[in-house]
Amino acid sequence: MTFASIIIQLLNGLAAAASLFLVSAGLSLIFGVTRIVNFAHGSLYMLGLYGAYSLIQALGRTPMGFWSAVVLAALAVGLVGVLIEVLVLRRIYRAPELFQLLATFAVVLVIKDIALFVWGAEDLVGPRAPGLSMAVEILGKRIPAYDLLLIAIGPVVLGVMWLLLTRTRWGALVRAATQDREMVGALGVDQARLFTSVFFVGSVLAGLGGALQIPREPANLELDLAIIADAFVITVVGGLGSIGGAFLAAIIIGVAKAFCIGIGTVTWFGFEISFSKLTLVVEFLIMAVVLVARPYGLLGKPQAVQRIAADLAPPLTAPSWKIALVWVVLLLGVPLVADRYITIMLTDIVCFALFAVSLHFIMGPAGMVSFGHAAYFGLGAYAAGLLFKRAGLPMEAALLLAPLCAGAFAVVYGWFCVRLSGVYLAMLTLAFAQISWSIVFQWDSVTGGSNGVFGIWPSAWLAGKTTYYYLALACCGTGIALLWRVLFSPFGAALRAGRDSPLRAEAIGIDLRGFQWAAFVLVGALAGLAGSVYAFSKGSISPSTISIGQSTDGLIMVLLGGVETLTGPVVGAAVYTWVRDAVARHTEFWRAVMGGIILLIVLLFPQGLVGGLKALFLRWKEQRA
Amino acid sequence: MLTRNNLLAGTAALVALSLFGPAGAQTPIKIGELNSYKVFPAFLEPYKKGIELAVEEVNAAGGALGRKIEIVSRDDNGNPGDAVRVAEELLSREQVSFLIGTFPSNVGLAVADFAKQRKVLFIAAEPLTDKIVWDAGNAYAFRLRTSTYMQTAMLIADAAKLKKKRWAIVYPNYEYGQSATAAFKKLLKEKQPDVEFVVEQAPPLGKIDAGAVAQALADAKPDAIFSSLFGADLAKFVREGQTRGLFKGVEVFNLLAGEPEYLDPLKEEAPEGWYVTGYPWSEIKTPEHTKFLTAYQNKFKDYPRLGSVVGYATVMSAVEVIKKAGSLDQDKLIAAMSGLKLMTPFGMVEYRAIDHQSTMGAYVGRIAVKDGKGYMKDWRFVDGKDALPSDAEVLKMRPKN
Amino acid sequence: MSDAVLQVEGLHKAFGGVQAVADVSFAITAGEMLALIGPNGAGKSTCFNMLNGQLVPDAGIVRLAGRDIVGLRPRAVWQLGVGRTFQITATFVSLSVRENVQMALYSHAGRLRSLLHRFGAAFRAEADALLAQVGMLDQAERTCGVLAYGDLKRVELAMALANEPRLLLMDEPTAGMAPRERVALMELTAGLARRRNIAVLFTEHDMDVVFSQADRIIVLDRGELIAGGTPAEVRANPKVRAVYLGSTH
Repeated sequence: MTFASIIIQLLNGLAAAASLFLVSAGLSLIFGVTRIVNFAHGSLYMLGLYGAYSLIQALGRTPMGFWSAVVLAALAVGLVGVLIEVLVLRRIYRAPELFQLLATFAVVLVIKDIALFVWGAEDLVGPRAPGLSMAVEILGKRIPAYDLLLIAIGPVVLGVMWLLLTRTRWGALVRAATQDREMVGALGVDQARLFTSVFFVGSVLAGLGGALQIPREPANLELDLAIIADAFVITVVGGLGSIGGAFLAAIIIGVAKAFCIGIGTVTWFGFEISFSKLTLVVEFLIMAVVLVARPYGLLGKPQAVQRIAADLAPPLTAPSWKIALVWVVLLLGVPLVADRYITIMLTDIVCFALFAVSLHFIMGPAGMVSFGHAAYFGLGAYAAGLLFKRAGLPMEAALLLAPLCAGAFAVVYGWFCVRLSGVYLAMLTLAFAQISWSIVFQWDSVTGGSNGVFGIWPSAWLAGKTTYYYLALACCGTGIALLWRVLFSPFGAALRAGRDSPLRAEAIGIDLRGFQWAAFVLVGALAGLAGSVYAFSKGSISPSTISIGQSTDGLIMVLLGGVETLTGPVVGAAVYTWVRDAVARHTEFWRAVMGGIILLIVLLFPQGLVGGLKALFLRWKEQRA
Repeated sequence: MLTRNNLLAGTAALVALSLFGPAGAQTPIKIGELNSYKVFPAFLEPYKKGIELAVEEVNAAGGALGRKIEIVSRDDNGNPGDAVRVAEELLSREQVSFLIGTFPSNVGLAVADFAKQRKVLFIAAEPLTDKIVWDAGNAYAFRLRTSTYMQTAMLIADAAKLKKKRWAIVYPNYEYGQSATAAFKKLLKEKQPDVEFVVEQAPPLGKIDAGAVAQALADAKPDAIFSSLFGADLAKFVREGQTRGLFKGVEVFNLLAGEPEYLDPLKEEAPEGWYVTGYPWSEIKTPEHTKFLTAYQNKFKDYPRLGSVVGYATVMSAVEVIKKAGSLDQDKLIAAMSGLKLMTPFGMVEYRAIDHQSTMGAYVGRIAVKDGKGYMKDWRFVDGKDALPSDAEVLKMRPKN
Repeated sequence: MSDAVLQVEGLHKAFGGVQAVADVSFAITAGEMLALIGPNGAGKSTCFNMLNGQLVPDAGIVRLAGRDIVGLRPRAVWQLGVGRTFQITATFVSLSVRENVQMALYSHAGRLRSLLHRFGAAFRAEADALLAQVGMLDQAERTCGVLAYGDLKRVELAMALANEPRLLLMDEPTAGMAPRERVALMELTAGLARRRNIAVLFTEHDMDVVFSQADRIIVLDRGELIAGGTPAEVRANPKVRAVYLGSTH
C-alpha cells in the first residue's frame, strides 16, 4: 500500500464508521438504561433507509428535499421505536432478564414482512446526495464528497450526545440509570417516561444512521440482520453504555475492515493470506481480543451489581419422574400411530430440545448467557460429518465421538468466557461462535466451505426414519436427563449458588470459575451430541448450523418456554419448531404471523409458556380451594 | 398438547381421505416444490409467478397422463436442514411424485443428496453450483439453470478478444463467487497464457465495503475487471466505482448483472459498456419467447424477470418428464429425464444424459442506458451446450455410481 | 503473640492515591470478640476485604495461625478456617435455608464436584444443628429469597460456622436489624465464639452492641488505627471521643 492508499483507506474506514457509530450509540443508550438486548435495532436502521428512500421520492431530489427526508425519516423511525416501547416492551419490564429479547426478535420478524409488503422485494437504490454527488481528489485519488461529510457527522453527533448527556437533566437521569437502574426508581423519577424517551433517542439514531446511508447502499431486506451483529460488537467493544466507547470502537472496526481490504492478499513465509477474506470475521476477532484483555470493553466500567436479576431467580423444582415416564412412553408410541412426517418432525424437535436444554443449563441455572451456543451444536454436527466422511469412521463411532470434539472446543472457549460476566460474556461466546463459523465457511478443502458436507447418512440398520427417531430420542433423551440430573447434583447446586451470589460462593470455598468452566464443557459436549444426531438425520450439514441464526433459535426456544422452568426449553423447542413449520406452510407472510404469535405469547405469558401455564394452574387450584 | 391434537387431526384426515377421497385418475399429480422464498424474494417472487403461469397453461391443455398438475410449494428458509425436512414432508405427507426447486447452492446440494438417499427425482431449478452435476452429481439430481461455469465460459470469448493483461477480480465470498473466479481464471489463462491477475477481493455476501474495495482494485491499476457480484453488493460497487473513477478506461465483466432482478434497480446508473450475462426480455423475438412474454404480461400485468423464466421452465420440465415417462415410477422418470428435450422460452433445451445438466443457454451482451433505465445491447444468445467442458472432462469430475 | 489466631502488621492500601488503610497492625486470640470501629469511610471494609483475600494489600503481613495469607484468594483463606459474613447479606436466594448451609458443608468436605449424587442428601443433620444454633431451624425449608433481613444474617452466620472456623470476620453483622435483634444476634455470636473458641473480628455501627459484646475494641480513623483496648479504655480515650464518639453521640 502506498501512502496515498493508506490515507484513502483510512478515510474509507472513517466514512464506514459513521453510520456504524450512530446505530451503535443508539443501541448502547437503550441497553445502558433499560438493559434490553434490542434485536429490533437493526430493523430500525433498515426502516431508516426505506423511509429516506420514499421521502426523497416524495420531496424531490433537491438538497432541501434530501436533507428534510433524512431528518424526517430519522424522526419517523424514532416514533416507531416509541411505539415498540409503549405497546410491547413496557408491559414486560418485570419479566425475567433477557425475556425482552424474545419480544424484540418477534418485532424483527414483523418489521421485515411489513417492509416486504410496503416496499417490495426488489432492492431500492436511492439517489446520490444532491450537491454532493461528485468526488474530491486527495493525493491523486478520488473519494466521494459525501463520504467526507459522513466523516464529519460522526464527531458532531458524538458532541451533541455528549452535551445531551452531561448538560441536561435528562442526560443526568440517563447516566444515573445506566449506572444503577434501581437508583432512578428510588429517586422518584417516572421510569416509563424515561425509558420511552431513551427509546425515542436511540431509535432516532438508528434511523439517522440508516437514512444517511441511502446514497451509499440500496434499501433492502437483509440490512436488519447485517447491521445488528456489528452494532452489538461495537457497543460491547466500546463498553456498554459508553457513547465515546462506541465512537472509538466504530472507528477501530471501520478502519480495520478498510485496511484488510486495502492490504488484500499477501504472501508470508510462502503462505498466501487473504486479508480481504478476513473481513468476514474481523469485527469478531477484534471483539474477542478486546474482551479477553479488557473484560468491560475499551471505555466501559464494571456494572453495579444487578440485584434484580438474582432476586428474581426462583427455586428450581425437580421434574417428576412419573410425568417424565408418561412422556417417554407417549413419545415412544408416536411412530406407531402417526404418519412418517410427524416422526421426522419429532426427530428435529428432539435434537433442538437437547440443544435448548443445554443452552438453558448454562444461561439459567449457571447464570452465563450464551449468544453463541450454535458453536457447539454446529461443531458437533461438523465433527460427526467429518469423522464419518473424511476420517472414514463408522457412523456409530462418529456419532458418539462428535460430542467429545464439541466439548474440546468448549474447553478452549469456556476458559476465556468464564472470566467475564453478563452481556460481555454473552458476546464473547458469540465471538467464538462467529470465528468458528468463519473458519468452517472458508476452509473448503476440509469443511466444504459454504456448501457444507453432504452424504452423511446413518448406517443401514439406523436408516429407517422410525429407527432413527428412536436413536435420536435415546441420545437426546439421555442428554436431557443427564443435564437435569446434574442440575440437582452438588455440582449443579454449586453452579446455581454461584449464579445467586458469586461473592458468597467464593467465600465458602467454591472455585466458581472452575465449576463454570466445567459446566461450559458439559453443555458444549451435549449441544454437540444434539448437532451430531441432527447431522445424521439430515444427511448434510452447512455452516448455517453454526450461524447466529441457529444461536438465536436456541435463545428463542429457551425464552419462549420459560427460562425459569426446567421443562420450558423442551416445550419451547417443540412449540417453536412446530409452529414455524405449520405457519410457513399456510401463509405467505409467515414471518409476520410467527412474530405475532411470539408477541402474543410474550404479552400473555411473561414467564414463558411453561411458567405462564404453571401460574394459571396454581391460580385455578387456589380458586377451587 | 399441540403435538397430540395435530397428530389426531392428521390421522383423522388421512383416514377420511382414504375412505372418501376421489380415487385414481381424477386426482391431480402433485409435484413438490421448495425454495427460499423469504430469503431471496427479489428473485423468487417472479419465479413463483413463472410457476403459476406454467401450471395454468399445462392444466388448460389437459395436464399430463390425463390428470391435472398441482405444485405444492414450501419455504425452505434458505437452510439445508429445514430444506431436507420440508422435502420429507412433501414426499411423505403430501405424497408428491418428485421434487423441484431450490435457490442457494448449499440447499440445492443438500436436497440433491437427499433425493439420492430417498431415490426420488429432483430437478434443481436455480442453484448455480457446478458441483450439483459434477463433483457431487448423482443419478437422481438434474439441474435446469445455466451454471456458474457455463455463464463464465460464455463471457470468456469476449474477455480473451480484448487482450487485456492486468485483471482485477471481485466476488462474493461463497461457493458461487469462488467457483466463478476459479473458472474464469482457468479458462482465460488457457486462451491467453500471459494474463495476470493483479488483485482479488472477496467481500462477504451482502456486506461489501464498496468504497474500500473499489479503492483497492483501483490501486492495482487493472486493465479489466471480472466481477460476480450481484444484488445490493453490485449496486454499491457500481456507485462507488463510478464516483471514484474506477471504471474509466477499464473493461468490466460481470456475471448475472444483465438479469432484470439486478440490472433494473440500478436505473440510470446502470454501468454502460459492461459485459454481462442476463435476460434482455423486451428484445427477444423468438416465437417461443414471445408466446411466454405475452402470456406472462397478460396474466400478471408485469414484465418477466429471469426468475420467471426459471420457474416456468422448471415446471415445464417436470411436466414433460412425466409425459415422456408415461408413469410416475421413479426409475422411469429418471430414465426419461436423461436426454429429455423440451421447448422453453429460451428455446430447446436438453437434460444431458452425461451429467444431468440442461443445455439452457443465456444471453450475453453489454449494458447500456436508455430513458433512465439499464438494458442489454449488442446481445447474443449462447446455447448452453456450447459453454460446457468436453465430455471427457465431465466424466472425470463426475463420480461413478 | 504466638497464640494469636490472626496477626496483622503494617497493612497498607491506597486507591488511586487515596490512602484507605495506613499502617494498621493488630492481633486477635482464640475466643476473643474484637470490634473494629470507626466513622464512615474510615477504612473498615477495606481492612476486612484484605483479611480474607478479596483485596490484596499494597504492603503488610496478614498471618493466620502463623501462616502468611497475603495473596491467597478468598476461597483459599476460607479453607484455612476463616468464616465471613457480609455487610449486605450474600446468600443463595434460590436455595432453601438448609441448602445454603449444606452448600457450605459440602464445600468444606470437598464433595461439590460430584455430578450424579443428589445434592442435599448428605450433611442434613449437621446443617440442622448449625441452624438450631442460630435459631433458624424452624425456617430450614424456606427459600432464602423470601426471608426477612435479620434472618438472612443468621443464615450467613450459620454458613460461616460450617467450616469450623478459627476466625470469623463479620462486616456490620447487625446492619438493617431491629435494635433488640442486634443484641440477640451478637450475644449468640459471642456465646458461640467462647464455646467453640473462635476468634471474632467484627465491625459495627451500633455502639451499644460494641460496648456490650466486644472484649476489645480497636478504632480506625482515616485509615489509621488511633486507639485500642478494652471497652472501658476506649471509652475513656480522648482521641476516640474527639474524632468518633464525640461526633456521633
